[in-house]
Amino acid sequence: MIEIKNIKKNFGSQQVLKGISASFENGKCNLIIGKSGSGKTVTLKCMVGLFEPDEGTILYDGRNITDMDFHARKDIRREIGMLFQGTALFDSLTVEENVQFPLDMFTNQTAAEKLERVNFCLGRVNLPNTNKKYPGELSGGMKKRVGIARAIVMNPKYLFCDEPNSGLDPKTAIVIDHLIKEITLEYNMTTVINTHDMNSVMGIGDKVVFLHEGLKYWEGTNKQIMEITDGELFDFIFASDFLKDLRRNAKY
Amino acid sequence: MLKIFEQLGGFLTLMYSAFSKPEKAQMYWKETFRQAKDIGVGSLPIIAIVSTFIGGVSAVQFAYQFRSISLVPMWWIGSIVRKGMILELAPTVSALLLAGKVGSNIASELGTMRISEQIDAYEIMGVNTPAYLIGPKIAASVIVVPMLVVIAVALGIIGGWGAGLLGGFFSTTEYFRGVQDGFDGYDVFIMLVKAVLFGFTLSSISCYKGFTVQGGAVEIGKSSTQAVVLSSIVMMIVNFFVAFLLL
Repeated sequence: MIEIKNIKKNFGSQQVLKGISASFENGKCNLIIGKSGSGKTVTLKCMVGLFEPDEGTILYDGRNITDMDFHARKDIRREIGMLFQGTALFDSLTVEENVQFPLDMFTNQTAAEKLERVNFCLGRVNLPNTNKKYPGELSGGMKKRVGIARAIVMNPKYLFCDEPNSGLDPKTAIVIDHLIKEITLEYNMTTVINTHDMNSVMGIGDKVVFLHEGLKYWEGTNKQIMEITDGELFDFIFASDFLKDLRRNAKY
Repeated sequence: MLKIFEQLGGFLTLMYSAFSKPEKAQMYWKETFRQAKDIGVGSLPIIAIVSTFIGGVSAVQFAYQFRSISLVPMWWIGSIVRKGMILELAPTVSALLLAGKVGSNIASELGTMRISEQIDAYEIMGVNTPAYLIGPKIAASVIVVPMLVVIAVALGIIGGWGAGLLGGFFSTTEYFRGVQDGFDGYDVFIMLVKAVLFGFTLSSISCYKGFTVQGGAVEIGKSSTQAVVLSSIVMMIVNFFVAFLLL
């Protein structure tokens, strides 16, 4: 479980996070949603340690990373996998080398053991026989799969996904969502997904945290979202008039 | 003024991190060799062409001047080309060429990695990014630039010989008599000092500019240009102080 308590973050005079507290449960897909500029990405970057919060604590199964220096955080970072919005694959490395990189850097496995693990992970994301391709030769969906394979290669306890569906067609987006959900359950990970894709919310949102103007506005499950009838969350979920009318006329 | 000190502080902090203890030395060596190959092999053709012609032009220009002063023997040209190439032309011209080619490449590569979140990806894995991405580039540059400068000196001297023969200014025997005459190993020492300092300067400034870029494609272009301009200026200042202090 990951807990964030009263996280605040300013950039100059701009207060981006105004004191967010939330918990993200083990074995579940925990979604952070909100409008652009609501603080989703900053929250995620604070959680993984790319940004330092000005105030507040971040607990990974009780371990407070805000108190740790670079070296102390290393152990926790080995337990983290992350899928980036733009995948962040290393351009100069092949698919195999990308997935293998954490193994090369942090383990003493033999070449055969590493290759076996890489092939297992690529197979798990349904990408066999792409080992020697470069990221530039892959489609958007394939890059996301490689990103997931790289994120899970070290058997992480925590998986973070920043806009995993951005730039994908709706069908591929759903496939990626389901892949993340399956992996989360399979490895019993704590998965935190930053998104504003409503298909993801409805499809895999075991727990949903809605941020608005740097504050946590709402927290619940994807089923509970459908019971919302007004307010900021309603406007966000049912953004168009068409959807609003559809929701108001629907019976649940 | 405050911004200059801010940048200097940022640069020194980054350099400190770049040379901190590596997570896995084998990976760093591998990366250093890869960088050395990129910098060395990739830059060899341009260094070879430019230094050969600089040696040739030096020989022709001195021959042109010596002709009007009939008291100066033509074999001196070999000596002048050698000394000029070793002390100034080979290290300085090579370094400026490398600042344009390698420096801009380093800055844009790191800038692109920063913008595309590749550096963040390394950091989340627990990699010490300055040490892994910057350290090997600087180490490779400090090793390879002196090698390129030595090649540039050799080719410059050969270029001077070729141009002299082509113009009929001197014979092969005369030219190489000049090349060997009054050879001082201290000149080579100064050349190597310059080459090492230039290698460090151009790679470290380019790494700093690329690593700290913020924004998008426009900023990457700007940082690449700034890397070339700033490293060229700093190298010329370093060049002056080396000459002033060691000659």
